[in-house]
Amino acid sequence: MTAITERRSLASKPSRSDSVFKSVTFTAGATTVGIMLAVGLFLSLRASDALSVAGPSFLVEQQWSPETGVFGIGAILFGTFTIAIIAMAVAIPLALGTALLISEVVGGQLRGFLVSLVDLMAAVPSVVYGLWGLFFLQANVIPVSQWISTYFAWIPVFRVVDSSGDVLTEASAFTSSAFIAGIVVGLMVVPTQTSIMREAFSQAPVGEREAALALGSTRWGMIRTVVLPFGRGGIIGGTMLGLGRALGETIAVYMIISPIFTINWEVLKTGTNSVSALIALRYGEASEFGLSALMAAGLVLFVITLVVNFTASSIVARSRSGAETS
Amino acid sequence: MTVIDESRRAEPGDLALFDAEEVAPRTNTPRPGDTAVGARRTLRSATLDERFNIIGALVAAIALATLLFGWFTPLTGAIGWVVVAFVSFIAFYSLLVSLRSDGQEVRDRIMTVLLVSAGVVLFSALVFVVAYTIVRAADALPHLNFITETMELTGPLDPLTMGGILHAIVGTVIQISIALAITIPLGITTAVFLNEVGGRFARFVRTISDAMTALPSIVAGLFVYAAIIQLITHQRSGFAAAMALTVMMLPIVIRSSDVVLRLVPGNLREASYALGTTRWRTVWHVVLPTARSGLVTAVILGTARGIGETSPVLLTSGITSVLNFNPFAGPMISLPLQVFDFVKSPEPAMVARGFGTAAVLLLLVLGLFTVARLIGGRGPGQLSDAQRRRVAAASADDLVRMANVASATPASERRKPAHAASVSPESSPEPQNLPKEPSQ
Repeated sequence: MTAITERRSLASKPSRSDSVFKSVTFTAGATTVGIMLAVGLFLSLRASDALSVAGPSFLVEQQWSPETGVFGIGAILFGTFTIAIIAMAVAIPLALGTALLISEVVGGQLRGFLVSLVDLMAAVPSVVYGLWGLFFLQANVIPVSQWISTYFAWIPVFRVVDSSGDVLTEASAFTSSAFIAGIVVGLMVVPTQTSIMREAFSQAPVGEREAALALGSTRWGMIRTVVLPFGRGGIIGGTMLGLGRALGETIAVYMIISPIFTINWEVLKTGTNSVSALIALRYGEASEFGLSALMAAGLVLFVITLVVNFTASSIVARSRSGAETS
Repeated sequence: MTVIDESRRAEPGDLALFDAEEVAPRTNTPRPGDTAVGARRTLRSATLDERFNIIGALVAAIALATLLFGWFTPLTGAIGWVVVAFVSFIAFYSLLVSLRSDGQEVRDRIMTVLLVSAGVVLFSALVFVVAYTIVRAADALPHLNFITETMELTGPLDPLTMGGILHAIVGTVIQISIALAITIPLGITTAVFLNEVGGRFARFVRTISDAMTALPSIVAGLFVYAAIIQLITHQRSGFAAAMALTVMMLPIVIRSSDVVLRLVPGNLREASYALGTTRWRTVWHVVLPTARSGLVTAVILGTARGIGETSPVLLTSGITSVLNFNPFAGPMISLPLQVFDFVKSPEPAMVARGFGTAAVLLLLVLGLFTVARLIGGRGPGQLSDAQRRRVAAASADDLVRMANVASATPASERRKPAHAASVSPESSPEPQNLPKEPSQ
């Protein structure tokens, strides 16, 4: 029997440089969190003034006049979502098709070139898209709007009528609509969505792909049975990340739309609104209380994009871990 | 399966050299040139049949759409023509394919056509957006004064030979420099904290910074407007705009640096720790140099995003036409805001200036992106040819130095490496201890 010596402590004593390193990086992390929490807390505190006056009707009230105490983001939120939904209708087919094209159809150098092009397009400033939408698309998309409203007027959202119910056909009724803003925002978010979807598709396991091809399936059969099921998380996640960007887009929307404060179901007709355009429009003339009301609107937008983004990233992350288990 | 010749197995000479189990008849490899080589077949190209299907369907679709528009039915408009032509192209193409193939293949062909057309529509639209801006900028850009003068003495009605955007360029440079001076150290240190220190607080930091990527840019601007301009400085300034850009760029830089640092192979860190280094030295001498190109890319892409942001600057920097070098006093405009300000005017000269400014901004972003691609094209630890040669020369020097130290030690019983004396940088251009490509 050997004598049991006293148990040694296994905890290592960090050297001085290490403890300095640790405290410096910890301070950096804490500063980052501090900045970001400051943004959130400040917004919440300042917004609470307006929210306590407006109460729960803030979410449904359509008018915006904080000076008289009657204000809410019913119409604005509706406009924001209209633009975002139109953007998604434009973006999803394009992004899905292009992502499949890049990951499954083309190969070699062309694929690398297209991937770089998509990434580059994601970096183009939004004011450039806004310019294009304002000076080119606005004039050239009106015939399309007129065409849709002529042949699809039996669908309520595509109808363009004035207040007495008469059908409008002149071009001025179609400018600055949610439809045009939606197309521009859609084009802006396509690159983001495409690159996330492409990444998810390219992670579909090779074994399953080859198995499908070896069983005699065509390329589309392989895509339908292997690539799309494995990339489902990427499709949903990429779509939602694009949606988050579309909801928060400011300058392109601000340049194109003509702001109104009523709910407008006719998406082809002039006039819509969005939370970020409202802030850009009204911040300068706002009183102390008006600023608080704008903060409340911004806070609601932030909470919405936050929920959308977190849902999206958790879906993307979950799908990735699933693809690796094969 | 190897066939073993029993008669050879008995020979003792063979046994002396080889284990008997391994003796096998020699394989005859054909020498190059023995066999006839046929013409090289193309493996990817479409057959003549498939090409005819596409061309035929295209011609038929264009003909049908042209006939319907203006001849047979009262349909009008270019958009309708395109829609009808596309739909009839799909119909004709599937008809042609179905003459020779079964339903599975018809579906495959149609889907391929749809995917390709989605790609063509998207890329032509995106390229068109960029090309449209640059073409419309052709009025303003050729005048040299456009980038050397300010708008101080130029009115909306003055021709393009007067005035320029020097003040906006200077403003962008100053604002982005201040933002980068805060973002780069803070962002990269935070990313190092997330990866190298870890723990529960690091996970919290990561969650918060992920959440902040969702912050709409206008809300960041509103925060700075209410918290800094209204409460502290009481005037719009370049510094306030830089703060707004910092709030926008910080999460982007943290997130992409985090991804890059995670790609640094763990065995490099372990090798460093096994040599007895401290954490700090491992980060400074192993992790950061390995990830250098990726970190530069992350910073450049964050810069490209920050330069293009309009909405936070709209609320914080103020609009001016005067050159202002002081970020702490007076309004200071930047390029995207100048675009926005120019195109609000109905005058054609101002709109042309707006497109010119947008083109300058676009070229700046494209340039930054190209630089980022050139630097960040390879993963962490992969070296360019010049870097590889430099590392090889450095390690050859190390070998010589170690050999000299070893030969200089008086203890003669120490075994000298047999080759150490003959090694010199000239004689061994390719030493054994080259850095290996990291296994991902």
